[in-house]
Formats: sequence, structure tokens, C-alpha cells
Amino acid sequence: MSWSKEEMADQIVSLLSPGSSINLGIGMPTLVAERIPSELGIFIHSENGLLGIDGRPTKNTVSATLINAGKETVSVRQGASFFDSALSFGMIRGGHLDACVLGVMEVDVEGSLANWMIPGKKVTGMGGAMDLVHGSKNTIAMLNHFTKKGQSKLVKKCALPLTGQKVVDTIVSSCGVFRPRGEKFEIVKLAPGVSKDELGIEQNLLE
Amino acid sequence: MKAVKTKVFDDASSALHDLKDGMRIMSGGFGLCGIPENSIEQVLASGVKDLTAISNNIGNSGRGLAKLLKTKQISAAVCSYVGGNPDLEQQMLAGEVEVELVPQGTFSERIRAAGMGIRGFYTPAGAGTPIAEGRETRMFDRECLFEVPLEADLAIIKAEKGDRYGNLWFKEAARNFSPLMAMAASLTVVEVEQLVEVGEIEAESVHLPGLFVDRIYQGSNYANDIEFELLSE
Repeated sequence: MSWSKEEMADQIVSLLSPGSSINLGIGMPTLVAERIPSELGIFIHSENGLLGIDGRPTKNTVSATLINAGKETVSVRQGASFFDSALSFGMIRGGHLDACVLGVMEVDVEGSLANWMIPGKKVTGMGGAMDLVHGSKNTIAMLNHFTKKGQSKLVKKCALPLTGQKVVDTIVSSCGVFRPRGEKFEIVKLAPGVSKDELGIEQNLLE
Repeated sequence: MKAVKTKVFDDASSALHDLKDGMRIMSGGFGLCGIPENSIEQVLASGVKDLTAISNNIGNSGRGLAKLLKTKQISAAVCSYVGGNPDLEQQMLAGEVEVELVPQGTFSERIRAAGMGIRGFYTPAGAGTPIAEGRETRMFDRECLFEVPLEADLAIIKAEKGDRYGNLWFKEAARNFSPLMAMAASLTVVEVEQLVEVGEIEAESVHLPGLFVDRIYQGSNYANDIEFELLSE
């Protein structure tokens, strides 16, 4: 058994400190916003210029100018603020965010990650990811453990064009929580029923 | 004494009467949020071509600036994210539009630098990745890339409210790149949902001082599209 997306999001929530400020990337990470208990007092930042994202709006409060980085409608909590993109990335680059959560295509033992293009096939662009991986105090990669072909996305060395080199602190995959340690992955925790030899990672790459 | 020249124009066609082929045009907005809808329609109608578009997404889902991709008016683009913009992704992979992908924080800071007179800066974003190839780097606490300002001939901007001097007020998260672009272009043309008298926007509430604005007009027929409307149950 591996973790569902919701269970992965809950694992990420357990890594966050009360009162911290975090950025959530496009795609699966936006789910984390819906799993954070409000009593943790966490402020969610979105690079398009807002701090203090709350849950989804209602039909009455929905606004075309109130969206997250995934262009999805959101609402804001009390104490929220709006600002321009340069200030928004100043918050990121300046080290003012406690954590960021990014979706990734590949991550390796050195903590390098790839998430913005597959040469000749697909280009999404890096958006804010290249800034986020250097600016935030804790970079968390969130991903389904396996590709559609069943190969581990946790690899010895990324083959895809990098988003950042040696920047990931923690990996939360559908199979467990890991830390890149330079030459190996440290297994922090495995999802219930998942064993070391089911990870699709060469055993000599596991601590 | 000379009379003060008005910045107020009747509509998009008068405010953008001097568009030219080959212009470098910045356009505010994040996805479709806060885009200058009327000015984009005017660029489309004018038929000017060989444009360089500088915008975070160059439109999305066939809307916004993506309309100018469909008409092949754009030959080069500077942007950070093309996911959700099939027109750009196709034309980029086919080599029809030359695309410079820039990390979003670097993109916004390069635009800010152009407006603020900063000649260059170093940032770690992109170091050790393919975009660093052949670039000037310098070692601080970690390797950083040297970046230069990004400027334009024209910025087209939308604000919720603007007064006749050009002071602007943006709604919610529609601000994004708009005030930065307004400062970085030789000519800044703003459309607003509400054109008001000077003094109606309180001085403390001005998001962008009017000195950065050259022309302003009252826009009309805003679609204000939402890309992904997600509601709570």
C-alpha cells in the first residue's frame, strides 16, 4: 500500500511549524492548503502576489482577481496581503519563507531536481521553481514515487534538465519520506506496507 | 505658461494609435488575471507584426496574448511559464516563435531593474541548470548568475481604478507584474475599469504613482475570465 495524495499532503503538514509561511507549487502541492488545520496559523504564499491563502471561495465570494499560482480560485484569510511580483519574489529570494513544496519529475541523491521540461516532448517552463529552490529555508519535493512506466522518480542522477542543483531537503513520495544525503537517500519513514525493496531504487543508494 | 498635456484618451484605438511592427511589448497579468484585454484586442486589430511579447505566460488557453500567437503577430517571447498555453508550446517546439524562458523571480526583478535604473544583479536562480550555459557567474555563498534589465518600447497594463494623472489602484492579486512593467517601458498605456478624478484614490492607497503612466483610458466589455473555478461545497 502506498499513500494517497491526501495522505502525502498530511505527511507534509506534519513537517510544518505552527505560524510558518510556506509556498505551494502548481499541481499536487496545492492540495496541502486544504489539509492544514487552521489552528496551526500558517500563512500560505503564492508567487503571483498574495500571502494568506485560505480555502476555496463560495459562489458568492469567488473573484477573477483572487487566484493562486495554478490559476485556481482561492479565498484569503484575515491578515492576508497583496503585492507585486518583485516583492513576492523578494520574499522568496530573501529567505523569508520557511518552506516551499514543489511537484517534481525527478529528484536525485544529491537533492537536485527536475520539473520544467522533457527535451523534444514537453516544455512547461520553470515558472517560479528556480527561485523557490534557492530562497526558501526548507525545500520539500512532493511526487508520485513511480513514473507511468513503473520506474522510481528517485534516482542516482537526474537525466532531465535541472531546476536546481543540491537544493531539496525532504522528499515526500507516495511510498515514504526521504532525505537526499549526497550519495544515498536516507529513509525517514515508509508508507504502511511498503518495504525497502519495493522502492525501485538500487539498494546501494539507500542508507 | 504651457497647458498641461492630458494623459486621458478616449479608447484603445486612440491610446494605441502609434503601434509599429517589431515593437517590444510588455503585457501585465498572471495567466488571464489582470490582463489588458482592450489593448490586446487593439494590437490584434492593428495587425502589427514581428512583435516581441514580454509577459509571464503570453496568454493562456487561447485567450489573452495567445490571440496574437494565433495570428502569428508574435515572433519572439520572453516569459517564465508556458504550461496551459498550447499555442506557445507548439510554436516554440516548431521554431516559429523564439522563446526566452526566464525564472519568474528573475523575470520580475529584471523588469524592476529596468524601471529603477539598476544596471545588473546576481541571483542564484538557474545556476547549475541549462539556462546557465555560457552565462557570466560569480561565487557568493553559492553560485549566482549575472542578470541584466529587461525593458520594452511599450507596456500595456490594466488596473481596476486610475485617475486622470495616472495614479493606479489594483484589485486583489491582479497587481502581479503590472506596476513593474509600467516603470520599465518607454511608453506606458493603461486601461482601467474605472477612470476617476484626481483625488478620488487616496494618496496612501496609490499602488503606482501616475508619473510612470503616459496614457490612460476607460476600458470596456471586460471578460475577466477565470481559468479554473474551484468552489467549496
